[in-house]
Amino acid sequence: MSDATEGKTPETEVVPASATELNIVSVREGAFGVHGTGDTSGYGTVRRPVVMPGASRPPFGGWFDDVAAGISQGEGLSDAIEKTVVDRGEITFFIRREKILDVATHLRNDPKLRFEFFSGVSGVHYPDDKGRELHAVYHLLSMTHNRRIRLEVTCAEEDPHIPSVVSIYPTADWHERETWDMFGIQFDGHPALTRILMPDDWPGHPQRKDYPLGGINVEFKGGFNSAPDQRRSYN
Amino acid sequence: MSDTLHNDPYAGTSETIDGQVFNVTGGDWDTIQPDSLAGDRVVINMGPQHPSTHGVLRLILELDGEQVHDARAGIGYLHTGIEKNMEFRTWTQGVTFCTRMDYVAPFSTEAAYVGAVERLLGIEDDIPERAKIIRVLLLELNRISSHLIAIATGGMEIGALTVMTCGFRDREEILKVFEAITGLRMNHAFFRPGGVPLDIPEGGIQQFRDTVALMKKRLPEYAALCNENPIFKARLQGIGYLNLAGAMALGITGPILRSTGMDWDLRKKQPYWDYETYDFDVITRDEPDAYGRFRIRQDEMWESLKIVEQCIDRLEKTAGQPVMIDDKKIAWPAQLTVGADGQGNSPEHIKHIMGESMEALIHHFKIVTEGFRVPAGQAYFAVESPKGEIACHAVSDGGTRPYRVHFREPSFVNLQGVSVMSEGSMLSDVIVAVASIDPVMGGVDR
Repeated sequence: MSDATEGKTPETEVVPASATELNIVSVREGAFGVHGTGDTSGYGTVRRPVVMPGASRPPFGGWFDDVAAGISQGEGLSDAIEKTVVDRGEITFFIRREKILDVATHLRNDPKLRFEFFSGVSGVHYPDDKGRELHAVYHLLSMTHNRRIRLEVTCAEEDPHIPSVVSIYPTADWHERETWDMFGIQFDGHPALTRILMPDDWPGHPQRKDYPLGGINVEFKGGFNSAPDQRRSYN
Repeated sequence: MSDTLHNDPYAGTSETIDGQVFNVTGGDWDTIQPDSLAGDRVVINMGPQHPSTHGVLRLILELDGEQVHDARAGIGYLHTGIEKNMEFRTWTQGVTFCTRMDYVAPFSTEAAYVGAVERLLGIEDDIPERAKIIRVLLLELNRISSHLIAIATGGMEIGALTVMTCGFRDREEILKVFEAITGLRMNHAFFRPGGVPLDIPEGGIQQFRDTVALMKKRLPEYAALCNENPIFKARLQGIGYLNLAGAMALGITGPILRSTGMDWDLRKKQPYWDYETYDFDVITRDEPDAYGRFRIRQDEMWESLKIVEQCIDRLEKTAGQPVMIDDKKIAWPAQLTVGADGQGNSPEHIKHIMGESMEALIHHFKIVTEGFRVPAGQAYFAVESPKGEIACHAVSDGGTRPYRVHFREPSFVNLQGVSVMSEGSMLSDVIVAVASIDPVMGGVDR
């Protein structure tokens, strides 16, 4: 990130402020269930990359810059921001996961930032984004300054650990439990990370993209009902 | 031996390695020596099936006599996987799912979702004015009906049955308006990306005015019944106490936050859909207890009536204007009229696609079966529901279905406050505290 000061034109600053780099999280192939060649419709060879809005370059405009600078000025937080995305009037800071607790503490305590209100955590699963499959998305609100920001932390499926922010925002308790329940992200330092919406002995994490919709057998008082997609066979 | 006893609630009492065990069958409770149990705590499961827990909420209470030592909420009994299901339907069909979350205030959920989708599409500025007025009208009427439920069920749970019958009687009047506009009393799915599917019905304005007049007559009844009622005050005042610091730490919004004196209302602070042009006040009180919240809900109903009246005036002025975005790639073809057989249909549209234009038929088929594409990205849209901040975090991968939608449900968040509100109080006060939070389990569990 370079600071474009007035009067000087840094030679590195050749890309306009709003320019973005591509952030491809997945590539879809085929359509209507058709993959590869073998059909003459052409649908089998359709290729569509899934491109999320890429990183923005400063200046981001308005108070976005104040918050971005405010985070970087925190003690030991100069490299906490992986990248910043400004899209649709909202700002997203991708935070290195080992820094998330420090960033949250700083965001809440610094009087110039004062994000005292924690709106929630939401998980997102990008199975094709290798090494960054699981995203935890935090929404923070500063009632003092009337601002909203979004923090995003990523972790790999093989190592699904993110530090918990419950010690800073007690309200994160249930939100993090829900994200563990639905996505299997383990929030280290959470006082009691147990399932919250699914039964305690449920296998798997239902909101992951590789988890099917339905297809669960039903047992009730000893009776057994097969999942709807396996209930009948016509052949 | 002791295992059998622990597992069989109908086994007789006996000495076990844990001492004497008493179970639900009773009959031998007169043999209990009070001294031998002094200091013992009883763990009680209140719910998930209990008439006073506002639905399938399970409260795990550790009691010392009648005093609550420890209170935890167990949720998930109404989890229906709405967020997962929405990933398998088009963006328009998503409304049909999310309206079923908080079934007492369905329009707020629809508003959060539709707002997020419109931000993703980048059409926030293109929503017709009349559509926004109809949305605000429905949202504010819904605020009244939701608060009526909160007051009614809260009254019922402390034995004030008249409050309950009054509350449901008046809510029915509002549901009649909903039925006239949307066709349904609940689960409306009436907010669509781009606007609303239908204009208000013929004679609607008069019906709205009559309902407002009726509400103005009925609302003072609650004040007369409850506000200075000594029993009512004794049950509510000082109960479910939660101050500003506690509410902020627990992320609690809505009437509970405003009962601490904080004037946080998204309709004023971060206005959407022209709320800044309506004249109304944010109600606050410096009584952070169940009674303060009850009074705030009461006063907020009056403020909502004020907004509803302004909406009706604006609807008269904007008669004939469109209620759906002027972009045929997004606008859902749903301009239905009721036919002679009582069924809804759209004769003009059918005539056009079946008899006049093959391209229109193709387009109709595409938008109805496949839906529209939403550019990749994510958006967060928050609105002030009757219970607090409800927000939708919607992620799109550029396809015709949501990649991920997550709802920040105020009931879910506010319910975390039940522990601090009821620990140290009497068992009977837990019920008052839960009622003052006004959780709707459909929203909590989603």
